[in-house]
Amino acid sequence: MINILFFARLREEAGQESLHVEKAGCTIKELKEWLDKEYRLSGLNRTMTAVNEEFTTDDTKVTEGDTIAFIPPVSGG
Amino acid sequence: MTMALFEITNQPISADDTAAKVKRPEAGAVVTFAGTVREWTNGRRTRKLQYAAYESMAVRQLEKIGREVQDRWPDTQAAVTHRVGELHITDTAVVIAVSSPHRRAAYEANEYMIERIKELVPIWKKEFYEDGTAWVGDQLGTTAYSKGGPKPHD
Repeated sequence: MINILFFARLREEAGQESLHVEKAGCTIKELKEWLDKEYRLSGLNRTMTAVNEEFTTDDTKVTEGDTIAFIPPVSGG
Repeated sequence: MTMALFEITNQPISADDTAAKVKRPEAGAVVTFAGTVREWTNGRRTRKLQYAAYESMAVRQLEKIGREVQDRWPDTQAAVTHRVGELHITDTAVVIAVSSPHRRAAYEANEYMIERIKELVPIWKKEFYEDGTAWVGDQLGTTAYSKGGPKPHD
């Protein structure tokens, strides 16, 4: 199982804060494509991704137990 | 408010409290920046804001920016407090305090920190206008990252 976290607009679109899914072994890119299809989340292609709280790239493979967070463009400060 | 140098809180924050964390005998300068809630942006009126954070990662990113600052301005000490939740006009959303033996490094490091926070700390602002709401920084095409996230500045 992997843990997926949504924030800001993505959280509102998904209607939930997190998902637990059997997606270990796929890449971030594949995960985004799957989420786009299943949940119709907009703009995932311009969303940064963090695995276990570190920014990562679309070709990263997720492993069992990872926490994947989709980070829309930030606006703190 | 804790003694941690980098923190996210849902309570009101004060510039003095954050500055107190970096005051020390070796420092002759403390530069404090407060980011506050503005009423008008490009002719549009804000009623209130809501800030949300991926809190654990946000603290890690703030700590990372703190290490960048110490690499660039070795004698400085920085602290950042960012508030989340519902904020109203003139409320303080973020305080950055940097102390240094002399003022120049403190000014430079402080400005560097707010720029980096706006690039890579997972905190989001939702505007509540008179006629609608919007998550800021999320308009189509305003910001996109092709490779995993922002890179350190040169």
